[in-house]
Amino acid sequence: MMDSDIKTLALLNHGEQDRLMRAIRGGASRRELLGLMSALGLSAGIGGSVIGTATTAHAQTPKKGGKIRVAGFGSSTADTLDPAKQSYSTDYCRCTMFYNGLTELDELMAPKLALAESIENEKATIWTIKLRKGVQFHDGKELTSEDVVFSLKRHHDPVFSLKRHHDPAVGTKAKALASQMKEIVATGKHEVKITLTAPNADLPVILGTFHFLIAQAGTTDFSKGIGTGPFKCKEFTPGVRSIAVRNENYWKQGGGPYVDEIEFFGIPDVGARVNALLAGDVHLVGNVNPASAKLILGGKGLKVMETKSGNYSNLIMRLDQAPGNNPDFVLGMKYLLNRDLIKRNVFQNYAEVANDSPVPPLNRYFAKDIPQRPFDPEKAKFHLNKAGALGSPLQITTSPAATGSVEMGLVLQSSANQIGMKVDLRQVPADGYWSNYWFKVPVGFGNINPRPTADILFSLFFASNAAWNESGWKNEKFDQLLVAARAETDEAKRKQMYTDMQVMIHESSGIGIPVFINGLDAHTDKLKGLRPMGTGSLMGYSFAEHVWLDA
Amino acid sequence: MTGTIGTLLLGRLVAAIATLWFVATMVFIITNLLPGDVAQALLGQSATPEAVAGLRKALGLDIPPFQRYLFWLANLVKGDAGRSLVNGMPVAELIGSRLGNSLLLAGITALVAVPLALALGIAAAVKRGSIYDRIIGMGTVLAVSVPEFLVASAAVLVFAVHLRWLPALSQLGRIETFYDGFRVFALPVLTLTFVILAQMARMTRAALVDVLSSSYVEMARLKGASPARIVVWHALPNAIGPIANAIAFSLSFLLGGVIIVETIFNYPGIAKLMVDGVATRDIPLVQVCAMLFCGAYLLLVTAADVAAILANPRLRHR
Repeated sequence: MMDSDIKTLALLNHGEQDRLMRAIRGGASRRELLGLMSALGLSAGIGGSVIGTATTAHAQTPKKGGKIRVAGFGSSTADTLDPAKQSYSTDYCRCTMFYNGLTELDELMAPKLALAESIENEKATIWTIKLRKGVQFHDGKELTSEDVVFSLKRHHDPVFSLKRHHDPAVGTKAKALASQMKEIVATGKHEVKITLTAPNADLPVILGTFHFLIAQAGTTDFSKGIGTGPFKCKEFTPGVRSIAVRNENYWKQGGGPYVDEIEFFGIPDVGARVNALLAGDVHLVGNVNPASAKLILGGKGLKVMETKSGNYSNLIMRLDQAPGNNPDFVLGMKYLLNRDLIKRNVFQNYAEVANDSPVPPLNRYFAKDIPQRPFDPEKAKFHLNKAGALGSPLQITTSPAATGSVEMGLVLQSSANQIGMKVDLRQVPADGYWSNYWFKVPVGFGNINPRPTADILFSLFFASNAAWNESGWKNEKFDQLLVAARAETDEAKRKQMYTDMQVMIHESSGIGIPVFINGLDAHTDKLKGLRPMGTGSLMGYSFAEHVWLDA
Repeated sequence: MTGTIGTLLLGRLVAAIATLWFVATMVFIITNLLPGDVAQALLGQSATPEAVAGLRKALGLDIPPFQRYLFWLANLVKGDAGRSLVNGMPVAELIGSRLGNSLLLAGITALVAVPLALALGIAAAVKRGSIYDRIIGMGTVLAVSVPEFLVASAAVLVFAVHLRWLPALSQLGRIETFYDGFRVFALPVLTLTFVILAQMARMTRAALVDVLSSSYVEMARLKGASPARIVVWHALPNAIGPIANAIAFSLSFLLGGVIIVETIFNYPGIAKLMVDGVATRDIPLVQVCAMLFCGAYLLLVTAADVAAILANPRLRHR
């Protein structure tokens, strides 16, 4: 049986998993399996590729109890418990404590059912979601379709609750994803129907992302954190801390939450964060830098968790401005990226070499057959010379806001020196970078957080009409393929389409992606249950439900 | 005497209100000149033009700045400091608990640093020219020259990471006994004492040396007064003015200037709150913080002047 098929199990409830497992052990053929899966409410398109839980087993039995303190890597008065407005890791960590989604994503960013009991679709366009019954919010109210409709529909309004001027009425971060949900209606107490503007086989993944966590219908004050999640909010002060206590009434059986209480706060300064761990003040810290990783590994009873992810900082060359409007310039610059040196020196080997395509190797649609573009000063010189870029100095904008871009700029500068090209680095402050510099300068850097699907990545950053089309790359064929792949339920055909799209980006977009940056978290070895998740560091920010303390 | 102080206080009050208004206005103008606004800061990477426009409208930022300013001022006069643009909480509530934390840290630091500085300064003045005087002189210069982040980081490395005597973070929520409180405050108070001690001690010494060399102190000495009586009774009251001013100046730093200490020890004080406010362009919050720092400074300086008048026999008996 194929690996990807095992992983389908995750999307099913226990009884269904049993049925499927028995069928598999009984030697069911792929065709029979697919038939069974569609009977269980999974389209083959999803079914053939979903990745499951069964693969990880804990060596030790988790223990209940204990209080832990966890330091995230950023916190300010903008901290929020409103699922729609989350913007930083701190918010993701907290919201996954207090809320659940209809689905949730596993290690490899494939969806598993959470608050949804089943998800069925017609041609990937009309989706019927049955809710798990008997799930209670922290205040005792039962979860119904009304709550789901409320939570999903909030994203349609660019600004919620205009009437209340001081409702923290911040625009949703997920409008782009939500706008495809044309109609969201309750078709029963525990059933919701979502009609999409166009087919999208990835809807279950989208529903498992942070911004689509389910809050209670009619909520206006989100600071209480009332959801269905594994922890209840005991205290929340933006910019200071939150205290979460275990939800004894959690709907999920046979797993976490294990610890009694989690105190979560941000320590923005990495030195202070590492010191707090070394001094034993905290059990887990998010995002340590490669230099301090060595220090931590030297300490007694401490561990570093490395997470491979799709996070990348990229060189952006605007294709609609000089010098990026000359294809030779863009290609030359891509050859000038010394990927190995960047991996080794900028990220101390805590990175994976990338190939100017945004889809990371852990994604199931990663095109592994595209030949790796090497660091080739000769070819770079040839193309840059042809573009006439060797004569005048090139200005490249870097900023601490885009992780590692300042150092990557220096590497690029010295490579350019080798071929007799002058690079002026302009370093600008992190403050205001995204509004004022990010893909507004002719040549600069960006930083893109991991996205759960290739479709989301492409739709947000590479489609011709994407709001964040960083290099201003327009490719009609790419746009057509993107729409077609979204609707395609034949896994092999879909994979081919995504491969073709990656080739197009690799060949002609104005983006140079030298490496994928690995996430580094550190913790005391008394804290167990942690494992890397492709969705981000700190176990895809959902560590809370899974960790336990080995006293 | 009451007349002198009364006039002084009244004059100061009027000046203070004018100064606070000026500070708030300047902060408003300057934060409006900063590139980007709260809508862009909040949306960060996801700031599309529509999202920014929508958010601006919801936050009332589409109203012209001058009107917003007048609106804010009118509310302030009524005692409403407004709400944070970022999370919608009342500014007063946001500042409330953190101001308390800052005052607590400042208070404890003052309790430790002021007597210590006075003692060191007086001793140095009395024994001026001695080895002891030189050691204090050198030591205080050294202490004030080392940047506070270095003091704080070194203290954390030694006492928290290596010796494990004290926590690396100063978390108020973990205080249950007096001993816990001591442990939590030990490192930040130590760091801040390093920063403010030197100026106070050196000013005390300078002012006292000046007075000790005056003719009336010589007279007292000739009359056979004991050294202790000379210092406490004859010299100190006349030196209080500059000393009190130095103390006021140092203490005013403890409220707004401790961002490094708050960052390294993750102490939820008001300096960090203001930095958050600036980073997210949360104008109402920044304005109130700035007014608060300014107000505290004015209060301390006034207190120093009153103390000088009360302590100085010549002014007191006018």
